Parts: sequence; structure tokens; C-alpha cells
Amino acid sequence: MRVFMFEKPLGMRDTLPDVYKTKRLLREAMMAEIETWGYSFIETPTLEYDETVGKASAILDQQLFKLLDREGHTLVLRPDMTAPIARLAASKLYEEGCPLRLAYAANVFRAQQREGGRPAEFEQVGVEYIGDGTMYADAEVISLMIFALKRAGLRDFTVTIGHIGYVDALFFDILRQEQRVETLRRFLYEKNYVGYREHVKSLPLSSIDRDRLLRLLTLRGGKEVVAEGKAYATTEAERRALDELEQLWTYVDQYGVTDMVKLDTSLVSHMSYYTGVLFEVYAKNVGFLLGNGGRYDELLAKFHRPSPATGFSVRLDRLMEAIGEQQRGEKTTCIIFSQERFTEAYAKAAEMRRKGENVVLQHIAGIQNMDQFTASFDDVVYVLGKRGKDEQ
Amino acid sequence: MMLTVAMPKGRIFTEALVLLKRAGYDIPDDLEHSRKLMIDVPNEQLRFILAKPMDVVTYVEHGVADVGIAGKDVLLEEERDVYEMLDLRISPCYLAVAGLPNTRVHPIAPRVATKYPNIASTYFREQGEQVEIIKLNGSVELAPLIGLAERIVDIVSTGRTLKENGLIELERIVHVTSRFIVNPVSYRMQDRAIEHMVDRLTYAIEKAGESNEN
Repeated sequence: MRVFMFEKPLGMRDTLPDVYKTKRLLREAMMAEIETWGYSFIETPTLEYDETVGKASAILDQQLFKLLDREGHTLVLRPDMTAPIARLAASKLYEEGCPLRLAYAANVFRAQQREGGRPAEFEQVGVEYIGDGTMYADAEVISLMIFALKRAGLRDFTVTIGHIGYVDALFFDILRQEQRVETLRRFLYEKNYVGYREHVKSLPLSSIDRDRLLRLLTLRGGKEVVAEGKAYATTEAERRALDELEQLWTYVDQYGVTDMVKLDTSLVSHMSYYTGVLFEVYAKNVGFLLGNGGRYDELLAKFHRPSPATGFSVRLDRLMEAIGEQQRGEKTTCIIFSQERFTEAYAKAAEMRRKGENVVLQHIAGIQNMDQFTASFDDVVYVLGKRGKDEQ
Repeated sequence: MMLTVAMPKGRIFTEALVLLKRAGYDIPDDLEHSRKLMIDVPNEQLRFILAKPMDVVTYVEHGVADVGIAGKDVLLEEERDVYEMLDLRISPCYLAVAGLPNTRVHPIAPRVATKYPNIASTYFREQGEQVEIIKLNGSVELAPLIGLAERIVDIVSTGRTLKENGLIELERIVHVTSRFIVNPVSYRMQDRAIEHMVDRLTYAIEKAGESNEN
């Protein structure tokens, strides 16, 4: 295949000045909120080993960008930040004492199989809360996500919360075998409710069990979902998961954000990654998921440091799409000078910059098209010719 | 809050309209013969967009349509991230492998022509058969007649097109009906309106089922 002169690898994008500004504003707003909740921001390498971080990641193998280092080890471009942070937490930070509250704003890489124009590199802002297994941790992470999104300026959005422990408890009680459970779980993961219903009806089950499985699809809404679920729960594990959801609701209510939250017991965001409460966030004006998160109590064990953990991540590109372009009230001034007055022009620019203003200092001979060039500034000051002439 | 409904032009459209009317939707009769691609029905809070059947899932996945009606064949072929909420039980047909009678599969270069390269490829890989898939956009029945491929994978509803071209059905792949699909974000953001529509359609499907049995 011929590569065109200005072409970029599939799914890779340039960020131009206006978009960059918007992106920075949103990132800074989210980061500011996250910092006030006491989370510490960190960075990890772009490249990781496939054998460790690549395998531990929740992202499917076919979505990973892989390459070889000089010794022939397979490397991956990090597909998410959760696995690298788990590696870091397990190896180093754990000694500093748990729980850990870590945060990041970083680009991740996921190869796209369909419609190549979709971004294969995009920025995520998120947190990981490691070492706390209580429902307070889940409530904090969900509420923080809502607060951070609000601070970034997002208005019309909703968070859907599910509990994979409830789904699994129900499925195992009725189906007994992991393979059968997985088949049914996959229908929910693929959002195929028609297939789910048909499959349930095809199984040799008592009418009570069949109803329990079918009712799962309709357990959606507010706090009342918990009571509805409990009325039909027959196992201790189902009740425990529903109790957790109930606690979670109470705690999130303390943060005052339950008006943004809905429960849905059929939510399955991933086939195997999450271990408890999980959630997804959607916003108006964007057809795709804005962000998600949940409890992943088994990940740290893959780095030999078993520990409960939860977190969220929000896609900055989609947040931008939802909010639209942001304008900061600042302007940029251009000072155009000629040789004899360079000292004066520089002094003026330095003074303005000290005050925090944005200034371009430009020698007149360097400009090819005066009209085109000056059009991009809010203000233009000419410092040309002999002193005292042509001021402004 | 208005819901945008992506409707497939052609075969499924008429049956879908009957179902919507049976569900109690007050839809103007000229909808079917209109050449407009976007039609608002304000008293039902609905906006219809008319799209190629293969494109309905794309509109819904991207969220420019909240919900849509699409054949299971399209859902299997496109594998889009949408909720498959209801089996509308309209436009029943099936996907099948067909070919000329008494012809053998080419021993060196077996070829299959189809509008559904993804489904065909998955099907033959499952059988452990190595075939070359040739993508066509229509009149797939022509391929075996003219020697492009020995077999085709296509939609069969009455079997008339196959018969008239002297082709026979060799294997059935999967039964197909139309589905009510929902964009994942709309499913959350417009949950009330969508739930309401699902309830009305469920009622209409059951009613249609009863009248078929009688």
C-alpha cells in the first residue's frame, strides 16, 4: 500500500491549536477536582511488556499494538492505565501504606478494527483507588467521577451502576457450570437481549428459575431496584451483592449525586475483568460510552500483591465532543518590530508576558503575508521605523 | 423529547409500518411512498429516517438515530455495538448456501459469492473449509450462472429467485427476522421513551402472534 505524503498511521490524529486548548481546559478542570479529593497524579511508561501489563490489561489482545525490543521481547503500547498502575502499586508504592489514591491523565493506544478513522490513540483521565474493599471506596470513585465531569462543564449525563457479583451469583445458582454461565453472560456483554431471552427459554429450567433469569433484564431504575431484587433473591450471594448496592446508593446519596445515577443489574461491561460494582457513564450528544469503571479485585494478584481496588476512566476526546469547544477569555497580542527598535519591542513584550499576557514578538521581515498573519491575533502593535512614528 | 427511528427502506419497511400501526402509533399513510429521507411525526414525538437496510445499524451505533429496525442478517454481518432489544418477528427469512444442482466445489480454488462476507467467512471457517469470499452488492444469484463462484451465501425468503435462476439451496445457516435495536447511550439517556416504545411494540408483536395462530 502506498503511503500518502500527509497520511498518518490508522487511527492516529494531530491535535490543532483550538482543539488542544479545549482539551487542556477540560483536562485541567478534571485534574483540579481530582486533586482536591487528595489523589496524586502519576505517569508510567508508554511501552510495557506484553507478558505482564499486556496480559493483565482488560483490553482484548487483538486491540493491542505490539512491537519487539532489541532482545526480542514483545512490547505493547499501553492500552489502558489501570494495568500499569497496578504494576507500579504492587512493586513500589505498596510499602508506603494502603489505601492508595492515584490519578492520571494519559494517552492510551487501542488498534481499531472497524472504520479506521476512529481514534486508536486517545487521552483518558481517571483514578485508581487501591487497597480499600469497602463500599465507601466505590461510592467515592463514582462520586468523584461525577464531580470532576461537572467541574469540566458537563451537564446532561447519566451513570449506570451494576454489580457483576449479583449476575454471577444468580447465574451460578441456576446454571451451576462456569461454561453455561459464560454463555449467558456473553449475551449481556454483547447487549443481545433477544438472544438472552431465547437462550433462557431453550434451557431445561423450572419456570421459577426461568423467571428469575428473565427478570434480570428488567431490574433497572433507582433505589427500588434493590428491594425488587431482594424479593426474588434465593441465595446468600445474591443478597450480599444487593446489600452492597444498597449501601452504595446510601453513600452516593451523601455526596448528593444520586440524581445522576441509575441502577441496572444486567450491566456487564467486560467478560471477566470486574469483580463487584461496575459502572458506565453516558452523555448527551455523544453516541458512544464516555467513560467507565468498577471494582477489579483480582488484578493486583496478577502482580503477586492481592488487593482490592476500584477506579474510573473518562475519555477526554468524547468529553470534548459532549461539551463542545471551550473558549478561555485570554487573548494574544502580536508585536511587529523593525530592526532599529528591537530593544524597545522586546522590553514591551517582556513586560506584558510578566503580567501573564500572551505575546508574539515578530520581526517584520519574517512575515510573508501581512494580512493573513495579523488576522490570527486579537491585537497587533507595530513598533516600526524611527522612534515616535507609527505607534500602533 | 423526540426519538429518532432509523427505518430500512424496501422489503422490511412495509411490514415494520404495519407493526408500528398495530402498536398504536398514529403514522401518516404517505410515509411509505414519500421520497423524503427524514420525516417528523410530531404528535408521536418521533422522527423517522429512511436508510439502506445495511446502514440502519451504523446510524444507530453512532447515535444519530436512537433506535432502529434491522434484520438479524445485518446485525450478524456488521457486529455493531447496539442493544438488540426485541425480535419483531417480521420479514422472516433465512441465510443459506446455494448453488447449481450437481456441481462440485472447485477442488483448487473454491469460491463463494455473497453480500455477507463476514457471515460467509465465519460460517465456512467453522466448517473448517477454506474458501475465497467474493463480495458482491446485489444479484448474487448471477455468480454461479456465469462462473464467478460455485456457491453463494444469500437471504432466502420464498426461494423463488433461486428457483427461477435454476439454483438450489444447499445448507441453511441461520434463521432471520427483524429486530428492534437501540443505541447504548440513548438506552440510558432516553430510557423512559424507549421503554415505552418497547412495551408498545411487545404488545403489538404478541397481538400479531395471536392473530397468526387463529
